[in-house]
Amino acid sequence: MTVTTEIRSSRSALTRNKLPNWAPWAVAAGALVVSAAVLSLAGFNVWGWAVLAAVLFVAANWAVSFAVEGARKATDRFATSLMFGAFIVAMVPLVSVIWTVLTNGIAGFSLDFLTSDMQGVRGRVDNATAAGESPLMGGIAHALTGTFLITLWASIISIPIGLLTAIYLVEYGQGGRLARAITFFVDVMTGIPSIVAGLFAAGLFALIAGPGFKAGIVGAVALSVLMIPVVVRSSEEMLKIVPNELREASYALGVRKWRTIVKVVIPTAISGIASGVTIAIARVIGETAPLIVTAGFVTRMNTNVFSDWMASLPAFIYYQILNPTSPTNPEPSTLRAWAAALVLIILVMLLNLGARLIARIFAPKIGR
Amino acid sequence: MSSNALTDSGSAGRAGDKIFSTAAMVAGSLILFVLFCVAVFLVKESIPALTADPADLKGGVSFFAHIGALIVGTLIAAAIALLLATPVAVGVALFISHYAPRRLAQGLGYIVDLLAAIPSVIYGAWGVTVLAPALVPPYVWLAENAGWIPLFTGPASATGKTMLTAGVVLAVMIMPIVTSLSREIFLQTPKLHEEAALALGATRWEMVRVAVLPFARPGIVSAVMLGLGRALGETMAIALVLSSGPMIASLIQSGNQTIAAEIALAFPESSGVQTNALFAAGLVLFVITLAVNMVARWIVARHKEFSGAN
Repeated sequence: MTVTTEIRSSRSALTRNKLPNWAPWAVAAGALVVSAAVLSLAGFNVWGWAVLAAVLFVAANWAVSFAVEGARKATDRFATSLMFGAFIVAMVPLVSVIWTVLTNGIAGFSLDFLTSDMQGVRGRVDNATAAGESPLMGGIAHALTGTFLITLWASIISIPIGLLTAIYLVEYGQGGRLARAITFFVDVMTGIPSIVAGLFAAGLFALIAGPGFKAGIVGAVALSVLMIPVVVRSSEEMLKIVPNELREASYALGVRKWRTIVKVVIPTAISGIASGVTIAIARVIGETAPLIVTAGFVTRMNTNVFSDWMASLPAFIYYQILNPTSPTNPEPSTLRAWAAALVLIILVMLLNLGARLIARIFAPKIGR
Repeated sequence: MSSNALTDSGSAGRAGDKIFSTAAMVAGSLILFVLFCVAVFLVKESIPALTADPADLKGGVSFFAHIGALIVGTLIAAAIALLLATPVAVGVALFISHYAPRRLAQGLGYIVDLLAAIPSVIYGAWGVTVLAPALVPPYVWLAENAGWIPLFTGPASATGKTMLTAGVVLAVMIMPIVTSLSREIFLQTPKLHEEAALALGATRWEMVRVAVLPFARPGIVSAVMLGLGRALGETMAIALVLSSGPMIASLIQSGNQTIAAEIALAFPESSGVQTNALFAAGLVLFVITLAVNMVARWIVARHKEFSGAN
């Protein structure tokens, strides 16, 4: 008998002055009810209710905990509510962005939208659409082609340069002066604003091909300025984690350094490199600013990156919103912009998911 | 470097080695050359603007007066973005790393990474069609009740396309980036430090305060600086959201302009010395972001030896 009382008293010593687990929920319910009551006097709206309830909850939760559990626990609860609050505050705009793109994008999306371009779609056509006389005309075939070609050329330029640079840094540089300079300036390059990269490409081609020259390849050069540092950094990280034993084993078999790199080091790191490259492509595929100053914008298909202006998906979104096709009825243009935004987001998400898949599928087998 | 007598024979292999190492070095040097070219081109194209007759330039003012207003606008937008985004981002990062249930945390981290990848033009489109109209009532309220503060002088913009809206959009944009970077730092906190704090009876918040935050401080600072670099150079969100105009103090009227947005909006239609002025603006932006990024790297490098990681 005495034993059980001892146990009970020691348990209560540990759990004394502790709020039960349901306490925060009770406080939350109370805060919701009280704030609803207060707001019903002053005119109800959902946002005001949520904000007032949140403030009341944080204050009341702190006060209850302070009274029962003491100052330290109260501060802990206060901090926890702030963390949750920060998370909710952050999610509101981000969910709103995704929701807007999804709802508006699906409304404007159709198969024709993917296969037609904007040739012949003028204000008159959009006015008819706005009046309900015809379906939404026009599409993004030209912009998709442009985005694909420009990104392809940017990849053709940046992947070899980036990969070779990473190989130099890891395999040949050995912390020398050139390697340190490259590492530093690659870091600097990561921070170049995209519009400055666009200006650089525009200036470079103005020198080569005359002022005002705009074409897909100029945009590709601008994008590769942004893409190279990402490729270098990710490939460098991946090459660094290749175990030195593998290299040494290869050297010990009498294999040349370059063949060791090509046949041993790169195959071991290929999954990481490939996923890094995919992330880099995902980053530049949505770049708008450099393309506006380098590739121009057109309404018809152009498949030659070396001459004439070229449309791209981000520039399409930008111009449809900034300069609607029909200034009096901007709704069809906005709808097209959202549908294009949906396509762009899907592209970026697929690339990111693809990067994860690549990393998982091609990861080196470490079976023993 | 491991070279030995066994592998030094055979000329074909040696040529392969030479070619490969040269190619690697050329690629590396090419990056330095490109960056050098960026600087040289920008400087070369900017010089005519510096000495140009004010009458030829946009707005009829001298280049320095023009760029001064743009720099101020850029700094205002970036400052609003940082003030709003930093506390939220650090909070979210802590939430994901130390507060959320373990299974939820991984998914959340992944979602944040995906959000960081959303192209800026989409944030801009959202800002102009959803956020700006939604912010008009609060602006009207601010103008009525806080109008005596110069920042909130009325009359409030009827479209909501103001500097404050642009700053909020920027904050929403850089938030995932800062969160993603700080989360990685928080996760690197030595587990032993955290467990030691908890074993001494610290509450979770005290553990975060004494173990996690001191360890992560340089990382947070550099994440915020990288976010700042991004906010300074951001073009599309501002170009779409802000209804630009001359420099004013009020954040809830249309007005002000940033360097990057000015370039994007004016470049397609500019010619002659006005183009040069835009190149010069780009050079200024380049220098500012360069300085910010270098300070961020420096902070990280300076704290590397002292961090608890080793």
